[in-house]
Amino acid sequence: MTEILTMVAQRLALGLLTLFVVSLIIFLGIELLPGDLTEAVLGQSATPETVAAFRRELGLDLPPHTRYFEWLGGILQGDFGKSLANQREISELIGVRFANTLFLAAIAAIISVPLAVTLGVLAALHRNSFFDRSVNVVTLSSISFPEFFVAYILILFLAVNVNIFPSISNVSPDLGFWERVYRVMLPALTLTLVVVAHMMRMTRASIINLLASPYIEMANLKGLSRSRIIVHHALPNALAPIINVIVINLAYLVVGVVIVEVVFVYPGLGQLFVDSVIKRDVPVVQGSCLIFAATYILLNLTADVLSILSNPRLLHPK
Amino acid sequence: MTEWDHYCKLLERGKISRREFMGRTAALGLTTALATSLAAKAARAATPKKGGTLRLGIGHGSTTDTLDPATYENLYIQSLGGAVHNKLTEVGNTGDLVPELAESWEPTPDAKVWTFKLRKGVEFHNGKTLEAADVVASINHHRGEDSKSAAKPIVDPIADIKADGKDTVVFTMKTGNADFPFIISDYHLSIMPSKDGKADATSGIGTSGYTIESFEPGVRTKLKRFPNYWKEGRAHFDAAEMLVIVDVTARTNALTTGEIDAMDRVDLKTAHLLARNKNVKIVETSGTAHYTFAMRTDTAPFDNNDVRLALKYALDREALLKSILRGHGVIGNDHPIGLSNRYHASASDLPQRTYDVDKAKFHLKKAGLSNLKVDLSAADAAFAGAVDAAVLYKEHAAKAGIEINVVREPNDGYWSNVWLKKPWCAVYWGGRPTEDWMFSTAYAAGAPWNDSFWEHERFNKLLIEARAELDEAKRRAMYVEMQTIVSNEGGVVVPMFNNYVMGLSKKVQHEKMGSNWSLDGFRAVERWWFG
Repeated sequence: MTEILTMVAQRLALGLLTLFVVSLIIFLGIELLPGDLTEAVLGQSATPETVAAFRRELGLDLPPHTRYFEWLGGILQGDFGKSLANQREISELIGVRFANTLFLAAIAAIISVPLAVTLGVLAALHRNSFFDRSVNVVTLSSISFPEFFVAYILILFLAVNVNIFPSISNVSPDLGFWERVYRVMLPALTLTLVVVAHMMRMTRASIINLLASPYIEMANLKGLSRSRIIVHHALPNALAPIINVIVINLAYLVVGVVIVEVVFVYPGLGQLFVDSVIKRDVPVVQGSCLIFAATYILLNLTADVLSILSNPRLLHPK
Repeated sequence: MTEWDHYCKLLERGKISRREFMGRTAALGLTTALATSLAAKAARAATPKKGGTLRLGIGHGSTTDTLDPATYENLYIQSLGGAVHNKLTEVGNTGDLVPELAESWEPTPDAKVWTFKLRKGVEFHNGKTLEAADVVASINHHRGEDSKSAAKPIVDPIADIKADGKDTVVFTMKTGNADFPFIISDYHLSIMPSKDGKADATSGIGTSGYTIESFEPGVRTKLKRFPNYWKEGRAHFDAAEMLVIVDVTARTNALTTGEIDAMDRVDLKTAHLLARNKNVKIVETSGTAHYTFAMRTDTAPFDNNDVRLALKYALDREALLKSILRGHGVIGNDHPIGLSNRYHASASDLPQRTYDVDKAKFHLKKAGLSNLKVDLSAADAAFAGAVDAAVLYKEHAAKAGIEINVVREPNDGYWSNVWLKKPWCAVYWGGRPTEDWMFSTAYAAGAPWNDSFWEHERFNKLLIEARAELDEAKRRAMYVEMQTIVSNEGGVVVPMFNNYVMGLSKKVQHEKMGSNWSLDGFRAVERWWFG
């Protein structure tokens, strides 16, 4: 067990280093983009005097390294700073949006993960049957279409033709839980269609891979039923790769959904991120990036820990 | 549609005046009495009803929006400003100036000193009573050394503002300006409560019919009717919700599935399909918004007026209107004054410029050139379809022996790196309600946004004279002459004026819609009601 704890500690330390590098790269990247917040906000109405006054007010006239280290100093004290554009606390700004993003990701995961694993197991169980083939065809088709297309198709059938779900996910903090679930149903279904194939195929492939091993043959010879073999003997040993794929998809559900957010007008973190990049609101971009990067790092860590726990050989090394 | 219906529609939309309506329908053989009653019918709208929550889907808006009018930057926040704030004066839905927070105003004969009397008993959303000091602070918010306001150039002509007692404000201008009451209606110049001489710009407190209940930038704003609103016959909805829906397909879907009651910026490509929906009506207004291609007249070859004329003749405006705006607009005549402006030069004053390859060749020859090769910078940040418009222009001009090389610029930083920098580029103008304002902003010598870097002695002389001229007929003559000068000698190609095209649920009712800005002059929340 201590090995795992050391590993977690090591990985967390490395993760912090990664976050630092990410923040540096993002900062430099935004510096390279043409224009800054003042020009982006004033747009066509910008005159040299107003831009200069605006920059003075926001401290954008300071050299880049000063601004970066000021920001870094704040972060180390747990202060994300204020948005340059509207002077709101970034922690508040990101907090609400991130909660929305997590909510959508959670609903999508609750639908897609059990669905994908069940379909994968069933497909492995009835390998090369009509069922197996059709599941493959359907999931692979839905992953092959761009997200916005899947989203529009769902809107057409479930919101326009038959008005079951709302076409925009207009959620606000004062909504009840089930009302919220109802309103995010279409984006959650879209995301489900996009991520199921990957997880399903991986489940199927790793189980089928194991079916050729001697211990499965032994179980067969013992006369166990096929479903018992797969669920009790094959699946536990196939967990490691399946967990890895599931976690990658979960990370995607959190950080990669900006298109779905735009199509369904869902107020998640992605939209905030894009707005802030367009307006060159550096502290907000930095904050969002740290959250995205941290999500990846933590989920990857979770995947590794779970793989170790699911594998006795790794859990008790000689 | 019969001719009769057509005139009724035109009258409804304000495209023709009542008098014109009478004249034209008389030609159809109607008696004056009948025409009068029919005109009343066409103009009449149902009496406004109170109640309901208006849900507006707006195709702009960003997480970075602020409530400070100094940085109102997109249609979303501008429409929100229109719902929350009053100004001293208001451009009414017919285009006339009506008093708002100012009850009356009086200029000195040289139009240099303007005295505004404020309405009494107006209350801010926080309970404070409106005083002259609030007005002074609100306007000063945009002035001075440290102003970051986009409205700084608008208030620049003001030399001094003084409060005279509690309900009189005196503005002293640097030069006489007959249009000052119009200028003070600008959406930036919202009247906010003051504290210790500073305007409270960020809390979103105004004097209008709606208070902000919650503001989530880039997502939505919830508004509630302000029970102590002073204005009569306005603010009919109990509440309103303004949603940011940037994606046009999402906006359209939301309207057709009843998630919202109205949207702006209808997708022009599919507007005719949307109009088929039996719960939706398409409403459009033609205002002052227009597209231009601005040439730097201080740079060769655009310093030669014959080259400019050749380029102006080498563009097929009708084709551009048809393909870029799908007909939702009006062709331009190389000057920035729109149909809704008071002194618009009609076709008899200034003939419409047409696509004429021979004339283009003639002017090219006069400039001593047999062919011409120029770069035209464009990006969709200038206006939607700008790059396509530039490519069409290239095709049209090729027939006149002019080779236009379309340079596709990045959208990011277009206004800082391309506009006012590149010799020839695509530009969008929201337009201005008065001729003087438009000309002083973008055509006067030395103006910061004079994007053609154009200087014309007679034009600049007329500009100053017309500004202080209080005689209507003389003013009209001056502005027509100025439009003629800009059209024939200016450095800007104006292909077309774009309509504001909106989609409304059929239950939304409104009077004649203001055309100075989108969404009923940004006053949709205050002016509309549910039938």
